[in-house]
Amino acid sequence: MGWRLISLGLLIGAWYAGSQLAGERLLPGPRAVALALLDEAESGALAFNLGATLARVAAAFVIAMALGSVIGIVMGRSPIANRLGDPWLIVLLNLPALVIIVLAYIWAGLTETAAVGAVALNKLPVATVTVREGARSLDMGLDEMAYVFRMRSWTRMRHIVLPQLAPYLAAAARSGLSLVWKIVLIVELLGRPNGVGFEIGVAFQLFDVTRILAYALAFVAVMLAVETLLVQPLERHIARWRLRPA
Amino acid sequence: MAAGGSLHVLGELAFGLRSGEVAALVGPSGCGKTTLLRIIAGLDRDFEGSVFLPAKGRLGMVFQEPRLLGWRTVEQNVRLAAPRASDTELAGLFEMLELTAHRNHYPGELSLGLARRVALARAFAVNPDLLLLDEPFVSLDAELALRLREELAELVNRRSPMTLLVTHNLDEAIGLADRILFLSPSPARILAEIPVASPRETQAPERTAALRAEIARRLKL
Repeated sequence: MGWRLISLGLLIGAWYAGSQLAGERLLPGPRAVALALLDEAESGALAFNLGATLARVAAAFVIAMALGSVIGIVMGRSPIANRLGDPWLIVLLNLPALVIIVLAYIWAGLTETAAVGAVALNKLPVATVTVREGARSLDMGLDEMAYVFRMRSWTRMRHIVLPQLAPYLAAAARSGLSLVWKIVLIVELLGRPNGVGFEIGVAFQLFDVTRILAYALAFVAVMLAVETLLVQPLERHIARWRLRPA
Repeated sequence: MAAGGSLHVLGELAFGLRSGEVAALVGPSGCGKTTLLRIIAGLDRDFEGSVFLPAKGRLGMVFQEPRLLGWRTVEQNVRLAAPRASDTELAGLFEMLELTAHRNHYPGELSLGLARRVALARAFAVNPDLLLLDEPFVSLDAELALRLREELAELVNRRSPMTLLVTHNLDEAIGLADRILFLSPSPARILAEIPVASPRETQAPERTAALRAEIARRLKL
């Protein structure tokens, strides 16, 4: 804990020094940004925009993880599904986020559905590829054991398949979450009337660097909170049987 | 086969088991004993012929590796295979196999001998009509293997499932089986069928020696 505080202190120190060197116009100091942050918080705008962004992140993440995992499992277990779906997967994987977002807005209009859908579509292939690998490396020996003991499909899914997929699902969630954070901001910038991305876009046009940094800071704080309070405990829970000494 | 070729592991074979009977399959490595067991269990469909299983057909199998779920406790592993087993039944089974102290341990915390015991408990917990055992005590030290063999004999005596035991240990076969089937090297055929008269695990050493001599004689034919 002590080292983290020192590190943080050094960061703020470097920030302050930087703002003195580059000038307050290009790089506002910590105090100016903190004031701007408080301003936004008081007016309620911070909470509103952060809330909007978080809601989009949650929606896109859930859709992409759910669909992506199911498709990944199917493609991992069925060679035919894999041969059919692989070309589409590769295209989606390599299509730039910008192209997907812009086309979504053009074809579906500047709507919330298009926004969340575009983000989900960006993340889905990442989840699929990871979970597919997990589905491919399932232990056949355990499948056979389940067959011999006539275990029901639900039992197999819950006690045999999902625990083996857990590390792959965790990896997909991890990389997926960080991807979704970034793309949601772009989607908001390009076609939404609210959210952190939108605010940053407006501040950019007004050359209000203080505001940009204020929102960036708030955003990072929320991300770190989600990481510490949600993601890490979940990862520890999934890996608990491995931590036991042999 | 993995490289794309095909291998005829088994030749022409036919045999049957009576209810409550224990048969041992003994043969050299690679002759197809495991393949035969897998065919009977329904895990290998690539064969010509037919397999007739008992009517109710509850199957219990002990594989060469324990094949336990590492992320579930010993007790959960057994219960998942045998959801209908009662608490008392399981308690008795665990006690007989000296697993009571390990009920809440994970397979990663167990030695191989203990893991093999859990696999045994799982196979018996379902109260099988047909019990298949694939070299269940291989790679255990002699003393432990003997102890487990005695525990298995006791379980088999109590529950009397139709049992097929694959082993390359002749003493094990003599100790446990009512009938020993000797297989030739691959492609396997049955070389000889030798009945074992005495009850399980109570043979005097002289009887065992006499039986071994008879086996040696028959196999030279």
